[in-house]
Amino acid sequence: MNPLLKSILSPSFGFAILRVMTPILFASIGVAFSALAGSINISLEGTMLISAFFGVIVSAFTKSLTLGLISGILAGIGLASILAYFHLKLKADIILAAIALNMFASGFTIFLLYIFAKDKGTSSSLKSLVFPSIQIPILKDIPILGEIFSGHNILTYLALLSILIFFIIIFKTPLGLRIRAVGQNPDAASSVGINVNKIKFYALILSGIFGALGGLYLSMGYVSWFARDMTAGRGFIAIAASNLGAHLPLGVFLASILFGILNTIAIYLASLQVPSEFIQMIPYIATIITLTIYSIQASRKKRKL
Amino acid sequence: MDKYILKYFNLIRTIIAILIGVFICILIIFIISKDPQNGLRYFFLGPFSSAGRIGNVIEMASPIILCGLAISIPFQAEQFNVGAEGALFIAAAVTTGFGVSTSFPKIIHIPLMVLVAGGVGAIWGFIPGILKAKWKANELVITLMMNYVALYLSLYIINFHFRDKKAGFLVSYQLPKTAWFDQFIKNTRIHYGVLLTIVFIILVYILLYKTKLGYEIRMTGMNINFAKYGGINTFKVIVLSQVIGGFIAGIAGISEVMGIHRRFNWQGTPGYGWDGVVVAIIGRNHPILLAFASIFIAYLRVSGQVLNLMTDVPSEIVTIFESIIILLITAEAFLTQWKYKITLREAEKREVKIEPAS
Repeated sequence: MNPLLKSILSPSFGFAILRVMTPILFASIGVAFSALAGSINISLEGTMLISAFFGVIVSAFTKSLTLGLISGILAGIGLASILAYFHLKLKADIILAAIALNMFASGFTIFLLYIFAKDKGTSSSLKSLVFPSIQIPILKDIPILGEIFSGHNILTYLALLSILIFFIIIFKTPLGLRIRAVGQNPDAASSVGINVNKIKFYALILSGIFGALGGLYLSMGYVSWFARDMTAGRGFIAIAASNLGAHLPLGVFLASILFGILNTIAIYLASLQVPSEFIQMIPYIATIITLTIYSIQASRKKRKL
Repeated sequence: MDKYILKYFNLIRTIIAILIGVFICILIIFIISKDPQNGLRYFFLGPFSSAGRIGNVIEMASPIILCGLAISIPFQAEQFNVGAEGALFIAAAVTTGFGVSTSFPKIIHIPLMVLVAGGVGAIWGFIPGILKAKWKANELVITLMMNYVALYLSLYIINFHFRDKKAGFLVSYQLPKTAWFDQFIKNTRIHYGVLLTIVFIILVYILLYKTKLGYEIRMTGMNINFAKYGGINTFKVIVLSQVIGGFIAGIAGISEVMGIHRRFNWQGTPGYGWDGVVVAIIGRNHPILLAFASIFIAYLRVSGQVLNLMTDVPSEIVTIFESIIILLITAEAFLTQWKYKITLREAEKREVKIEPAS
């Protein structure tokens, strides 16, 4: 049998998909929250980076996983608050401000990495902690399914659970209703007494929290160190995934699975004799194609109306 | 005084933003450096420490200016095309391949190289342009993704087809001498590509402010529905603005290859495309203002290099500085309170003057 096909049909491929899609899923949910409120947050690349960094540094120096988690999330909230402050209070264009924050996060983390670890590449000289992996009882004993779904990092399960949390917040809480109202028609929302800026602020903070979790997973689960610019465009892929999934829970989930599959195939192909450059291109080309198809459909729909 | 503040409000705001950035950097240097005095000296005056370093500023400003021009044209049409980074990379890779596999006399080879690079860049700009114009595909996301595609496609082209295996590094074959931009000032690497950059500043200025197309681009940016209603073919404007931007971005990369490295030696994108976004914002998409902004950014970059060599301050302080400035400059409401107060005071003054006459 074709070696590629053989490895794709093995349960470890399914396991790898879940592993690879975790950060994308977190970040896509983050993007979706902000997009639903009408102020799309493209700074999640920076948010993930800065959270990944603070998680590693704080856990390395305090030896406490909880403190690492908290500081990572606080860093994400911090960056999101800066974005919200500049966008909502100082009327900065959210795209340009987010580009600035992505730059800031990249420079700032390398800067601090050099200060703390005397290295501009990785934090491997520091002994940082990782989040534990969990064996799920009963499920782990079922063949194939157990191999795919059991034994993941706790954050991977949290990511899957986050889709549900996302669904509940957006469709079952007053805050979710307001976020959607503000995103669809801010004037109408404000005419019924909704404080548009406040709701957008909450949505951006939520996007920061989920971005932070994605970043923490990268440096304290996916691998066990921080490396400069280690997000490698995942924050941008998340924008594409969120767009592809129409910013809605099920859509975002399916889009993340798609990107997870593509990225995993890319990793598997890399071990074969195919130029790795082409494989690394796949997810980005797929994003362009899917976004284009999505736009074509959207414009056709509009024409029909 | 107040009158002048109002007249030059945007300039003053930019300067204040820069000063705040400088202040924060001084603070950081004082906190982390063991020898802050030295750190500060190199941060501010590092690039003046030798002729070579002044040359570094100019040769580095050149691709940043070209990328800034490339970004400013679609930005003026309100197209958030951030694909200059990818366009310059793929154009440099393809054109390097073209350069090492062809031989012409110098007078033909150089213009051909520039045109090929521009052409590749233009095609790279055409893709997001047509997708946006036809189906409203978000050009920001598309160009972000295309930057990665350009990165890997270029590395494939160079590493698999034009790699010089004798060089010991992952670099392409050296370009034939006929495809070199010569360096013409002693002790520096300032090359004819820098002069080409100046030509492009003028051309873009003329395009944007003296031609019909430039007017259409600016109108489309101000209000696309109004432009459409006024009979402007916005479809054409959206595509063309990104094609022209891509053309200029394509030249930005190859100009540096032809003038300085003489071979393709990048293994990751050099970041000039993002600098282009930065200077387009600081210079408010005006070709001449953004040229000054580019020199400023290049100056900071060289400061960063000097800091790395001579002090214990990491060069990334420059990136932090840049991001603070962009944040403050894009913040439209930053200092408007102050402007409002001055405007009010001016208005009151005038009222007083008018009263006795009536």
